[in-house]
Amino acid sequence: MQKLTTLTSTVVLLPIDNIDTDQVIPARFLKTTEKTGLGEHLFEDWRYDADGSPKPDFVLNRPESKRSAVLLAGANFGIGSSREHAPWALMDYGFRAVIAPSFADILRSNSLKNGLLPLILEPAVHLRLLEQIEEIPAAQVSIDLASQELTLPSGEKVGFPIDPFSKTCLLNGTDELGYLLGFEPQIIAYEQRLGEK
Amino acid sequence: MTGPRTLFDKIWEGHVVAQEPGSPAVLYIDLHLVHEVTSPQAFEGLRQQGLKVRRPDKTAATMDHGVPTRTADGTSLGRMAFADELSRRQIAALEANCREFDIPYYGLESPNQGIVHVIGPELGLTQPGMTLVCGDSHTSTHGAFGALAFGIGTSEVEHVLATQALLQYRPKTCLVQIDGRIPAGITGKDIILALIAKIGTGGGAGYVLEYGGSAIRALSMEQRMTVCNMSIEAGARAGMIAPDDTTFAYVAGRRFAPQGTAWDQAVAAWRKLPSDEGAQYDKTVDLDAAALEPMITFGTNPGMARPVSGRVPDPAAFSDPHERAALEKALAYMGLTPGQPLIGHPVDVVFIGSCTNGRLEDLRLAASVLSGRKVAAGVRALVVPGSQQVKKQAEAEGLDQVFLAAGAEWREPGCSMCIAMNGDQLSPGQVAVSTSNRNFEGRQGKGGRTMLASPLTAAATAVAGRVADARKLKT
Repeated sequence: MQKLTTLTSTVVLLPIDNIDTDQVIPARFLKTTEKTGLGEHLFEDWRYDADGSPKPDFVLNRPESKRSAVLLAGANFGIGSSREHAPWALMDYGFRAVIAPSFADILRSNSLKNGLLPLILEPAVHLRLLEQIEEIPAAQVSIDLASQELTLPSGEKVGFPIDPFSKTCLLNGTDELGYLLGFEPQIIAYEQRLGEK
Repeated sequence: MTGPRTLFDKIWEGHVVAQEPGSPAVLYIDLHLVHEVTSPQAFEGLRQQGLKVRRPDKTAATMDHGVPTRTADGTSLGRMAFADELSRRQIAALEANCREFDIPYYGLESPNQGIVHVIGPELGLTQPGMTLVCGDSHTSTHGAFGALAFGIGTSEVEHVLATQALLQYRPKTCLVQIDGRIPAGITGKDIILALIAKIGTGGGAGYVLEYGGSAIRALSMEQRMTVCNMSIEAGARAGMIAPDDTTFAYVAGRRFAPQGTAWDQAVAAWRKLPSDEGAQYDKTVDLDAAALEPMITFGTNPGMARPVSGRVPDPAAFSDPHERAALEKALAYMGLTPGQPLIGHPVDVVFIGSCTNGRLEDLRLAASVLSGRKVAAGVRALVVPGSQQVKKQAEAEGLDQVFLAAGAEWREPGCSMCIAMNGDQLSPGQVAVSTSNRNFEGRQGKGGRTMLASPLTAAATAVAGRVADARKLKT
């Protein structure tokens, strides 16, 4: 997993509530057996016309968006499917953090396992950030994961929550599987307690 | 001594292998179901790290998402003629991975192939008290048996394959109390759509829902599965229903169910699972079953639903600018006008199937409406059984003949038009009334417009060619 410590970036605005994973990456792109290459299909059906040409007014098609590592979305981001292709597509496009007032449970969990930070902001702070970026689109935010602090373009610093385990994994770029494999003796003991072979 | 515990508490606490301070619990998984779409990268991860599948005996695989439902020669295998190159590759990868890692596999040639959430219960793999996961969000279906069942991502699929355990934070609990006598013509689908309309697509986020009350107790297992199936559409990873005699009668005698004295012991243990008197939940929601009507969605998420007798809501009536904007966007996508009655809205396609409503009882309900009637001219009606066993039983009862006589298509089992990965899909702009679980933009095909409803409403709509109330269909 790619580690994440600090990040300074412009912000791509997609302030829509309840964005579902079928929008993030439509099901027809789940036929891949790889984790890579999904970025070009991120938000495919919002991003391209029927003939496949990019819609120039859609935010992800702007050249400056492709240099950004932070997406700002609306509340309840990532509802629906458990497809991990959603964080894979977001990261393949170039995002390392998604800022939203709330996230769907599975999308949040899948993001943390891939080095993509789901950053939860209070609705009022989320709105302030949105307004600041709308005013100055080239403005940047800074994320410091160790101190769990986001610096808004105005200079205001706000905290954000993350569980200590996921935070450590992100800071060190550690996969959870290594940690889990360390519990093999306890897993064997559990199975023996249940009277299994 | 511990105090009174919920069904969830009992299963969770019985499966925690270890828990370090500040870290998620290591939760033991009793059953891992696998399908072709979310597993190839997980198996590849095992190979790269030189790991094995720790408990192939607690794992089972089938193919459902990408399999064609048309067949070239009337056989199940004859479907491959309609598979595209990428789907072929995914199906071949699952076959090869199951061989390599020695996983029981219900492939196209198996009499038990079907949608993963239909075959688990059908085979008796799904049992009360279990922890059960699958790389699919509708794994919540299995909670109908009093199991803790939830969808996981591909990284977690790899974790479970390698360790038979998963890192999880303990979710909160929400009791969904549904009392009252369920009116005639109301199904599990209407109950769950009404609940999601009430609490919203984020209402269950962070929670496990436990459905209780007299209305839930009165439901058959298949209806209970429909209710639990869509828990995820309310944002809850899992939904559960306490096991009772209805549950035990369903499980009894199935292929992987305990037999003989083991059965008696299992039932005795399962009877201890229901929540204790006085058990505490973090939240409670009520729903009056007696007041329910057939429900249908009008928007682009499952929370945007109304009674079929209602009208399309008017965005101008919403003071919250977010809600107003979301509704305007949804209605523009759906091609609906504020204030228009839902009944009578013309449709192009009716889809009956999916892990939500692709079981035998669902097909019987649809057939009860379609029997002796015709699908309206210009409407395409697709009936897709949830599994080979459902197909076989439906054919034994003559349901296939009812569907075919009505002018509907009768297909081979799979996810089909619910997720539109296999060629069964809507064309841009087409309107479908569908018994599936998601009405997101493009879910059933790019540009397609989905209205979710019960098998009764879907079948009545097929006959009328317009959204219809099955209770008011003319003979």
